[in-house]
Amino acid sequence: MKSLEEIIKTAGHSLEKAGLELIDNPSPCGERSILVDPSSFLALVELMRDDDEIGIDYLSNVTGVDWPEKIVKEKVKVKEMVDGKEKEVAQTIENNVGGYLEVIYHFYSVQHKSGPWTLRMRTGDREEKVTLPSITPIFQSADFQEREVFDLYGIRFEGHPDLRRIFMWDEFEDYPMRKDYEDPDDYEYEPTPHKKVLVRTQRHYEGNDPGK
Amino acid sequence: MLDDGLKSELSKQGIVTTTFEEIYNWGRKNSIWPLGFGLACCAIEMIAVSMARYDLARFGAEVFRPSPRQADLMIVAGTVTKKMAPQVVRLYNQMPEPKYVIAMGACAISGGPFKQGYNVLKGIDRFIPVDVHIPGCPPRPEALIHAFMTLQEKIGRQKLQGENRAPHTRSDMPSEFEVPQYGAHDLTPTKNTQEWVPPVIVRS
Amino acid sequence: MIRVNNSDDTQLDQLMGNNLLNNTEPGSIPLTGLPESIRVMEGDAGEVLEVSMGPQHPSTHGVFRMDVVLDGETIVKLKPVFGYLHRNHEKIAEQISYLGTMPYTDRLDYFCSMTNNWGYALSVEKLTGLEPPERAEYIRVITGELTRVVNHICLVGFFVQDMGASGTPLMYAFREREKILDLFESLSGSRMMCNYMRFGGCRVDLSPEWLAEAKKVVDECPRFLDEFETLLTENEILIARSRDVGILSSQKAINAGVTGPMLRASGVNYDLRKVDRYGIYDRFSFKVPLGPVGDCYDRFMLRILEARESLKILKQALKDIPEGPIMDAKSKIRNFKPKPGEAYGRIESPKGELGFYLISDGGVSPYRYRVRSPCLMNLTVLEDLCIGSKIADIIVILGSVDIVLGEIDR
Repeated sequence: MKSLEEIIKTAGHSLEKAGLELIDNPSPCGERSILVDPSSFLALVELMRDDDEIGIDYLSNVTGVDWPEKIVKEKVKVKEMVDGKEKEVAQTIENNVGGYLEVIYHFYSVQHKSGPWTLRMRTGDREEKVTLPSITPIFQSADFQEREVFDLYGIRFEGHPDLRRIFMWDEFEDYPMRKDYEDPDDYEYEPTPHKKVLVRTQRHYEGNDPGK
Repeated sequence: MLDDGLKSELSKQGIVTTTFEEIYNWGRKNSIWPLGFGLACCAIEMIAVSMARYDLARFGAEVFRPSPRQADLMIVAGTVTKKMAPQVVRLYNQMPEPKYVIAMGACAISGGPFKQGYNVLKGIDRFIPVDVHIPGCPPRPEALIHAFMTLQEKIGRQKLQGENRAPHTRSDMPSEFEVPQYGAHDLTPTKNTQEWVPPVIVRS
Repeated sequence: MIRVNNSDDTQLDQLMGNNLLNNTEPGSIPLTGLPESIRVMEGDAGEVLEVSMGPQHPSTHGVFRMDVVLDGETIVKLKPVFGYLHRNHEKIAEQISYLGTMPYTDRLDYFCSMTNNWGYALSVEKLTGLEPPERAEYIRVITGELTRVVNHICLVGFFVQDMGASGTPLMYAFREREKILDLFESLSGSRMMCNYMRFGGCRVDLSPEWLAEAKKVVDECPRFLDEFETLLTENEILIARSRDVGILSSQKAINAGVTGPMLRASGVNYDLRKVDRYGIYDRFSFKVPLGPVGDCYDRFMLRILEARESLKILKQALKDIPEGPIMDAKSKIRNFKPKPGEAYGRIESPKGELGFYLISDGGVSPYRYRVRSPCLMNLTVLEDLCIGSKIADIIVILGSVDIVLGEIDR
């Protein structure tokens, strides 16, 4: 089984602008993944499919993930002039990390009985640049799964033969699996005294729920 | 009108007396035809009830009809999603009177474990009237049999005349309800306000 | 609603797109007398009829819908429509604790709660590095294989019931199922929704009486399968309805992500119990049956053969099960927070490859929780299997795919 480093090396040779990055996985299983630039994704998949040693022929799983914008606090030591002396002062810098949507693919090889190879792709942002290439023409198993990602996360797959909502009805406008999705205000009371639910119940009865 | 004492005395002598209402209800309650209509997990228990071990045929209710036009009873067996709710209401509307509904399982009653879900209807009684609720996730087959017996009792008590007569004998009671439409964020309307009133919880 | 339309193939494609069964398109003439779900289209290709099967249909195994375009009785196009049981399993799991999701996995594929538990526990164990002790692994194999037997015999019952053998085979299958459910009930407290496995082991231990009872059930089961086969395998109607119907080639199956008995019926030797050797499956000797043709009859036969192999595994496991603890000592119930990371765990559930993909951000609930449902993937090929067949074959083909809506829509 080829390691991911070898794949990146080979792909770097044959693909002009591969834009591959190895993503580490700190969990005990340690299955790492490759972050691929959307422009070279299909080429990389074809390369891995045609490689004799890797020979992926089975796309098992397609997952969408939402990473909303978040503020990452970073502590940096900055040299400052304090009372004429140069001093190191710890400062907290707040970086606004732009949100994006991610798609993760798990590939296996049935012929070699090996895998998984995990590839991931990211969109530019969460609103406008949400188009990614579709893998359905190469692997039919992505058909329903990409439709699911489109339905629940709102990622548009270019080249998908029949991209429309799969679970929700066509008139539905939201992308419910996104982290900032607001549920419709449709239940009245909850006997369990969870604070979150109680606040919600109160809002419901007072009638000032924005989702109503 | 014979009183109960005389009735039992006569039956000891081999004379059966009855009223039209009683024999009508007796016939109805022993031949309930359910709609063969499963939504989720509970449907498997519903099938199990009609199979050999639990044998629903003992209650005259083993004739599961695939068409709502031939059914008396709708067993809402499982989670009703918002996408499915219009179809459930439409099926109810298509059933001929008199018709009954058993809400089987926590999901059909209130959304159950999936209550937090954005696509889950929080109880089918928001759209159609329910006669018997059975809690459980899923209810055991015995619980469904109990629901059948409760329904049989309910049918047996129904009056054909007078003030409290059965809904299907009254022209002013609705037998069809509004089918909700798919909206941009939720169903429209989200509930049948004439039929369903939210429970009032008094916290001490 | 009847529609008169010049429909060549490209127009048909458009029709099967977003606006299927949308009656407001120009060119459609309302006509009373036909149900709303049926339309007739006229054109060069002859008359084609659009029929919407489901979501309430006696043989769609739940609330599944297919929009079928028919030319006479031959299927021209078929689009499955999902979502009637989409109950937001993944969203709910991302809001509650890891352990809180365990009972929800029971309700995914409500025939096989034990294997669902196992798949989820396996993924979390991959994420956290917990290791179930030996006895727990044996219990998992025993309960998992019992589940496989239940699923396969019930599937065969439903499959032949859809063909018109109303009652008898399904009654026989459910009679056996009740025996195995009794075992589950005495072990876990619930018939169907067992909620039995935990991260790093199982919830409660088996008793020797339970083992003796399980042995009895397992010993009696082959006799039942023989009886079942006498009824079915050489039945002329079953052969006529299922042989050479819905043939799936092996390349197509792999490319479309088909797994489980359906893949093996097409002759691909890919059983995760042999490939991944998860748990302790490398200790048992069993065979992987493969189908020669890949038609509905092969898929039916394969289930019976697999049930027999499962019984073989069960016999070995019930004999060899050691004494010992049933939980990893490192596993904790309260404040269970895996370190940040991700894991994709998969097992061979009775329906196919059941995968759970988890991303942890170090919190009490998973950041992303995803179920790779074998039924949904197996339905990818439904249209390819059905095109060219007659409408009555849809039911047979769908029955042989073995779907459970709780898992497809989640």
